[in-house]
Amino acid sequence: MIEFRSVSKQYPDGTRAVDEFSLIIPSRKTTVLVGSSGCGKTTLLRMINRMVDPTSGVIEIDGKDISTIEPVHLRRDVGYVMQNSGLLPHRRVIDNVATVPILKGVPKKQAHEDALALLDTVGLDRSLADRYPAQLSGGQQQRVGVARGLAANPNILLMDEPFGAVDPIVRTDLQNETLRLQRELDKTVVFVTHDIDEAFLLGDQVIILEKGAHIAQQGSPEEILANPVSEFVANFIGADRGKRRLAVSSIAHPQGDDLVLVDAGGYAAGVIAAPGGQLATANPTPKSRSISNKTSQAGDA
Amino acid sequence: MVWVFNNLTEIWQHTLEHLQIALPPIILSFIIAIPLGWLAKRFPPARGTILTLASLLYAIPSLPLLIVIPVLIGTGLQDPINVVIALTLYGIALMARSTADGLRSVDPDVRQSATALGYSPWTQFWAVEFPLAGPVLLAGIRVVSVSTISLTTVGGVLGIPGLGLLFTDGFQRGLVEEITTGIVLVIVIAVVMDTVLVMLGRWLMPWTRVASPAVRRRRNLRAVTT
Repeated sequence: MIEFRSVSKQYPDGTRAVDEFSLIIPSRKTTVLVGSSGCGKTTLLRMINRMVDPTSGVIEIDGKDISTIEPVHLRRDVGYVMQNSGLLPHRRVIDNVATVPILKGVPKKQAHEDALALLDTVGLDRSLADRYPAQLSGGQQQRVGVARGLAANPNILLMDEPFGAVDPIVRTDLQNETLRLQRELDKTVVFVTHDIDEAFLLGDQVIILEKGAHIAQQGSPEEILANPVSEFVANFIGADRGKRRLAVSSIAHPQGDDLVLVDAGGYAAGVIAAPGGQLATANPTPKSRSISNKTSQAGDA
Repeated sequence: MVWVFNNLTEIWQHTLEHLQIALPPIILSFIIAIPLGWLAKRFPPARGTILTLASLLYAIPSLPLLIVIPVLIGTGLQDPINVVIALTLYGIALMARSTADGLRSVDPDVRQSATALGYSPWTQFWAVEFPLAGPVLLAGIRVVSVSTISLTTVGGVLGIPGLGLLFTDGFQRGLVEEITTGIVLVIVIAVVMDTVLVMLGRWLMPWTRVASPAVRRRRNLRAVTT
């Protein structure tokens, strides 16, 4: 569990990036911090591994005040995945993945063996191990970034807009992989994004942030969608634009008991099962969250 | 060519002496420029001052320097050490800026990611920032190498060993062939040394040789179209 207690960050020039922020991030769940650029979400994330130290307030990991932990050691125990992968360009893939274990003193041979196994975990071919990052595609680099974040088997994985720089198709792939990994590995994931769809897809808990890292709303995607507490949230999640306000189409009639749903713009958004004209209800839990029709290639359909 | 064949031993001797004087300054200036470049990168306000002071070393005329150094450190006027020190100063003048620029050329994302992984500052410098500054450092040291090998001949004016002696001797005796030999050998040494540095760079920085998929695609495309 990670706990923020009245955490503020004020820069020397007077800007308050984070203002009295308090939050409990539960263990073994994915918490997504979502907001527009400049809302302080990345600053919050970087406070967890002390890349940024708060001006006031306390951050605790499992009850321990992290300001008492030496930053270099803390960082080796917290996985970090960033945008543009942040891979070390002068190290081969395998060395990149093995970086943290080797820093922690694991013998090189052992670290390399573990790194190869991790490539399997993130769905990369072992033949890529001897390549340099520049020889990989953006999506592959990002997977290596995730493998590296997991290499020291940390309890906490911080992900800073990790899929922001890849194309939409690869992004969908990587998001699904992230869901699969989370089901398998059960880490405490803190994920930062500006993409609300990504937040709703990945988050067990979603925190919508306004400027100064003020929490506009927090809750499960279902709770937020059902009851946006403010104009700002409604706006942010797109409820007002009708993108998420779906209606049963009056013209299209698929076979069987399905009904076609259209959004407010009249565009087909999907189908919903309605056996005997009765709408089906689901009781979604994060573990069962459906992750599109591409899951078969991840081997868990 | 008669003169050359009659003096092969002496020419070889001068070449070796030349190398003995020219190599230490190249290595020393590379090493000494590292902390200077680090300071310039670490403390941006001091950057201008540090690099300007270092560059000013290059403005000191070499002959007076070669006379002042023995006075300061108490060596003889013809001691090769004087040339080594003078050329090291010139090397630093060139290399400090290259080192600072090289360190600054490291992608901030990579630096941050290294910090996030848990590198200590010292390890991060040597394992990440220094090697990634490599291509710029290499460009710098190649200039230093050529310039040092050529400047080493200045010692000849004071009778300090090296290929410079072929110039002074050749001028005094009006032997054009001797002067030409000196020039050619200096150029040959410079080219050989430059090649060695480039090879060393390739060996030490294998990642700079790999092309990104985009570059490979472009290259294949060109291969197809031509």
